[in-house]
Amino acid sequence: MSDQFEPRLIGFLCRWCSYNGADLAGTSRLKYPPNMVPIKTNCSGRVDATHLLKALKEGADGVLIAGCHPGDCHYVNGNYRTAGRFPLTEKLLEQLGLEHGRVRLEWVSAAEGDKFARVVTEFTEEIRALGPLGWGAQFRDESAEVVEEAVSA
Amino acid sequence: MSKFKFAMYWAGSCGGCEISVLEIEEKILEVDANFDVVFWPVAADFKYKDVEGYDDGFIDLCLFNGCIRNSENEYVAKLLRQKSKVLVAFGSCATTGGIPGLANVANAQEIKDLVYRDNPSLDNPDGVYPQERYTVPEGELELPHLYDTVKTLGQTIDVDYFMPGCPPEAHQIAAVLDVVIAALKKGKGALPAKGATIGVAPKTCCDECKRVKEEKKISSFRRIWEFIPDVEQCLLEQGVICMGPATQAGCGARCTTVGMPCRGCYGAPEGVLDQGAKMLSTVASIVDAPTPAEIAEIAASVPDPVGTFYRFGLADSLLRRARV
Repeated sequence: MSDQFEPRLIGFLCRWCSYNGADLAGTSRLKYPPNMVPIKTNCSGRVDATHLLKALKEGADGVLIAGCHPGDCHYVNGNYRTAGRFPLTEKLLEQLGLEHGRVRLEWVSAAEGDKFARVVTEFTEEIRALGPLGWGAQFRDESAEVVEEAVSA
Repeated sequence: MSKFKFAMYWAGSCGGCEISVLEIEEKILEVDANFDVVFWPVAADFKYKDVEGYDDGFIDLCLFNGCIRNSENEYVAKLLRQKSKVLVAFGSCATTGGIPGLANVANAQEIKDLVYRDNPSLDNPDGVYPQERYTVPEGELELPHLYDTVKTLGQTIDVDYFMPGCPPEAHQIAAVLDVVIAALKKGKGALPAKGATIGVAPKTCCDECKRVKEEKKISSFRRIWEFIPDVEQCLLEQGVICMGPATQAGCGARCTTVGMPCRGCYGAPEGVLDQGAKMLSTVASIVDAPTPAEIAEIAASVPDPVGTFYRFGLADSLLRRARV
């Protein structure tokens, strides 16, 4: 058993392109790390910033959003919304002290099983290098510190 | 019949909530007719010692405004919870952290460094910082311990009702007082369910805003000082980030009526987990440009996402603070 850090990743995959891309990676027997939990969404445009923040809050070390290539959206322009939302969310996360690269946006078509496998592999290794996020760990009961200080003083 | 007991406290906040209670005008006489003030530091001379001496549940109605910023705020919040029958988180700071909640982009040490060391207008050659304990001939003096993370009242104690607003609007305060007075006179039955958000209206701020709303498509963001906005058209459609779509109704859309965008003080509408994330998603979705790259560039031009979308709600948001 290796004791290296295994990142916990969440992937929001659009059902028309990227989820099928993931299926193709599987049926093609491509090998990629098992660190990402895929969640099927109807469209990458359905992925609200709330989903991304909630995943990070609840223990994800990184979040991937993958959708159809621009122009290929099943709903015509859903991924154009993702294209605007993602950089603004990234900017928000940067202000909140997250390293660049904890969240990632990729366009993966249903024919790109190899790209899906490559993206997940790269992303897993990048997050492994960044280390655990552990968002919840920074909240502590500060009222207890006052009592301790008073006792030790 | 003896009067009901009323308390109001000011924790981490500006004091505007205290003033807003007086904004109910002659209604304040009705408050006086029904309540004895037993603790209200801004208006009457009571000490913490007096409150400590009350029986548990002695106070019938406690309006608590302000966030939990330091150990003193937390101590008084816990004390008032113990002594109060009905405790209301009053105003944005108590409900969602409010403007002081934005301090969660830093920690206590960074804030002290800025205020006592790095501030350009500062004159502090000896680098004096405030000490939590200091001994003088008369004895030891104490200051409260400043927390790294601003907390909402609901993250600190069990809160009966939440009443948002910066400050809550007078007509909402008056309506809430009517309900509470009626309920206290008849017994607890008439009060809303515990944990309810009170003093608000259904739907969102847009619902109360009278501006004309058509399709929302923006090709650039503008701030209110850069141009004179049209008086009829929706501010968001004019490229001004207006928090109306992601803000609970209840204020009567007073800001947008006078040409200022909504800043979101009434908090997330019912069912919304994170006000800022919802508004961020909305704003980025209405950007109109031909290519994904241009859309991305325009969306990312919002100067300060945390301060814009979480102006009143950072402490209550999903992530709650910046990484320490």
